[in-house]
Amino acid sequence: MAELSVQEIIKPENLVYQKTKLMTDKALSYCPGCGHGTAHRITMEVIEELGKENDTIGIAPVGCSVLAYEFMNVDMQEASHGRAPAVATAIKRLWPNKVVFSYQGDGDLAAIGTAETIHACNRGENIVMIFINNGIYGMTGGQMAPTTMIGMKTSTSPFGRDVALHGHPLKITELVAQLPGTRFVTRHSVHTPAAARKTKRAIKKAFEAQIAGVQGTAFIEIVSNCNSGWKMTPIDSNNWMAENMFPFYPIGDIKVDGKLIEK
Amino acid sequence: MTEEIIIAGFGGQGVLSMGKILAYSGIMQDQEVSWMPSYGPEMRGGTANVTVIVSDERISSPTLSFFDTAVILNQQSMDKFEETVKPGGVLLYDPNGISKHPTRTDITIYKIEGARLAAEMGNTKIFNMVVLGAYLKVKPIVKLENVIKGLKKSLPERYHKLIPLNEDAITMGMKNVVKI
Amino acid sequence: MGELKLMKGNEALAEAAIRAGADGYFGYPITPQSEVIEYLMAEKPWERTGMVVLQAESEVASINMLYGGGGTGKKVMTSSSSPGISLMQEGISYLAGAEIPCVVVNVVRGGPGLGDIQPSQSDYFQSVKGGGHGDYRLPTLAPSSVQEMSDFVPVAFDLAFKYRTPVLIVSDGLIGQMMEKVELFDPIPRWTDEEIVEMHPWATNGKPKGGERRIMTSLYLDPHVLEEHNYKLQRKYAEITKNEVRYELLDAEDADYLFVAYGSSSRIAQKSVKLAREKGIKVGLLRIISLWPFASEIINEFTEKGIKGFLSVEMSAGQMVEDIKLAVNGRTKVEHFGRLGGVIHSPEEVLEALEQKLIGG
Repeated sequence: MAELSVQEIIKPENLVYQKTKLMTDKALSYCPGCGHGTAHRITMEVIEELGKENDTIGIAPVGCSVLAYEFMNVDMQEASHGRAPAVATAIKRLWPNKVVFSYQGDGDLAAIGTAETIHACNRGENIVMIFINNGIYGMTGGQMAPTTMIGMKTSTSPFGRDVALHGHPLKITELVAQLPGTRFVTRHSVHTPAAARKTKRAIKKAFEAQIAGVQGTAFIEIVSNCNSGWKMTPIDSNNWMAENMFPFYPIGDIKVDGKLIEK
Repeated sequence: MTEEIIIAGFGGQGVLSMGKILAYSGIMQDQEVSWMPSYGPEMRGGTANVTVIVSDERISSPTLSFFDTAVILNQQSMDKFEETVKPGGVLLYDPNGISKHPTRTDITIYKIEGARLAAEMGNTKIFNMVVLGAYLKVKPIVKLENVIKGLKKSLPERYHKLIPLNEDAITMGMKNVVKI
Repeated sequence: MGELKLMKGNEALAEAAIRAGADGYFGYPITPQSEVIEYLMAEKPWERTGMVVLQAESEVASINMLYGGGGTGKKVMTSSSSPGISLMQEGISYLAGAEIPCVVVNVVRGGPGLGDIQPSQSDYFQSVKGGGHGDYRLPTLAPSSVQEMSDFVPVAFDLAFKYRTPVLIVSDGLIGQMMEKVELFDPIPRWTDEEIVEMHPWATNGKPKGGERRIMTSLYLDPHVLEEHNYKLQRKYAEITKNEVRYELLDAEDADYLFVAYGSSSRIAQKSVKLAREKGIKVGLLRIISLWPFASEIINEFTEKGIKGFLSVEMSAGQMVEDIKLAVNGRTKVEHFGRLGGVIHSPEEVLEALEQKLIGG
């Protein structure tokens, strides 16, 4: 087979992949190798596939994804630190026919915003909560997060997270799964194409239920890397994540259709 | 006409609701009214009081240091409010449970055996209406028909059957108030 | 004439929210204003008008619910009392920064800290000098009667949407807890979703078909861009200062002295005016209705006309008095009187203060 020229390759009929139009053309502010970009893209792909471009309101947090609204090409609100679930609650209750999701990191969702997280889930707000857990405060320069692993070094746990000093890493996802208001609680990753596809399926399932009006909160954790914060190469960070984080934050469904999955 | 009243007694004696009915009666005859209760820690020890103002004019301060009339229904309130009656004003009290009776001579003092009369009528809950009747005999600032209208307005529908009983209690109070 | 009722200030405020066509109320109980949410929950406005009422997990959540709801162009409101309003300050700053309309009601109680639950006016600084961070201002209305607790709600919503800003209503435990005659205004229908989309193109309620997405944010990382944004806010505040000063004068025409007061203190001072006039003292009352923008111009006019002095009457250690002094700028005497910590001053005390601090002083 003859090699295709560049001009040939970019012909529309030869396209094998197209960026969703619900991602803006702005260059992502994330570090190369970070999982945020993939998580953004699959979320926006789902909104596009569901035909909800004009009916979706997303809530961005404070943290690395503070600028999510620069990249996600739907109506967006930038919440104050930790309050995205409260912001989303009001929007969904005032516009029950719109599609509402929040997108938060671990510090935002599981430290400063724990109360809002738990109460939105406990009320069973009909929203999709996307939770990126990379065990660190990336934006502020690599401080300890509520989800930082025991022994893991950060700028505020320079000798490694010590339970006596810092307390335990918080499994907030298991915690919210216990609440009667959550309908779908699941944990995924985006570090391989296969993992990203699975995560996308989970996100789609969550949005479909919201659109169908099935009551209950959908909570999707994405265990992700922070190669800059962890001071590793992207590949090393993903390997480290799979080796060290997945045993503690196991991948898979925790609650489906309001029922906890027996392990 | 402006009438500034303090009604004071124990919680549960119907102090606040008596004030409320009086205020509603004022509204029924197109007057301005205010009703300012004590609330929070002031009410510890079970005392309750309310300042009611009924006036033909816009009401200024809803809280006051001195009153045209004090309606006093327990000893603590007597200790606190006897001094707050303006010279020439009225003090109306129920002697039931009062050990130190009022002594001022520059005011007019009336007595109503409200608790006893209500008990005799077979319903202690209408005590405050007996007292209201006594007050209205002394200070007919609102017409009885407007009190009944006020009652209708302030009571939920399901209690409207009790209005005749309340009316009887008011009449009982009017008949039995005694000037000291 | 509208419906006449005997209501507590807090209840009148709640009823007014329903009648003003509010879309949502989000609040957390705190004395002395819990009657607001109690009234709403009992009244079930979702059946009357479709209004949403939600008891939030905290004041922090409530104010952020206002951010969410207001950011979609809906009429949203919360109420609280001093400590709860302190908790909301971060959110209020974000609302001001993102230019989100909403109404926040403070039924003030004694402070600082947990303080007490009695009426106070010690949150003036917090209300008008920027309780949160950043260069922002909040139009602030101070009702002095149960009637105004009702009437100011639609006014506050109008201001909020006209200028795309959070608006404060600053009341206190006295106005909130007392009952007075109130004439309820006729209900204003809630905006339909279509009307909101039409009227508020800035609102994030779903990207318009074929249009650009909208963003609610107060984040501008480039300082030059943030500076521009701040200038825009300042132009808006200048406009509000020009258009929205509200005050009332009582017995002021022939006055040698003026009490300056707002809210419940203005009611007490009104009685003091009467007591003073009985003694032959010519004093009037300047009742401040909008705490911000402040009635500096009328104070200036009285100063120019040679008024002998102003007595600021506030249930605080002297907060509004600073704004009076700024307006007077040393040209005549300005004094303050007020009880602290939730103690309500008596009309007699106010008169005595006038005699001692201004007439005798």
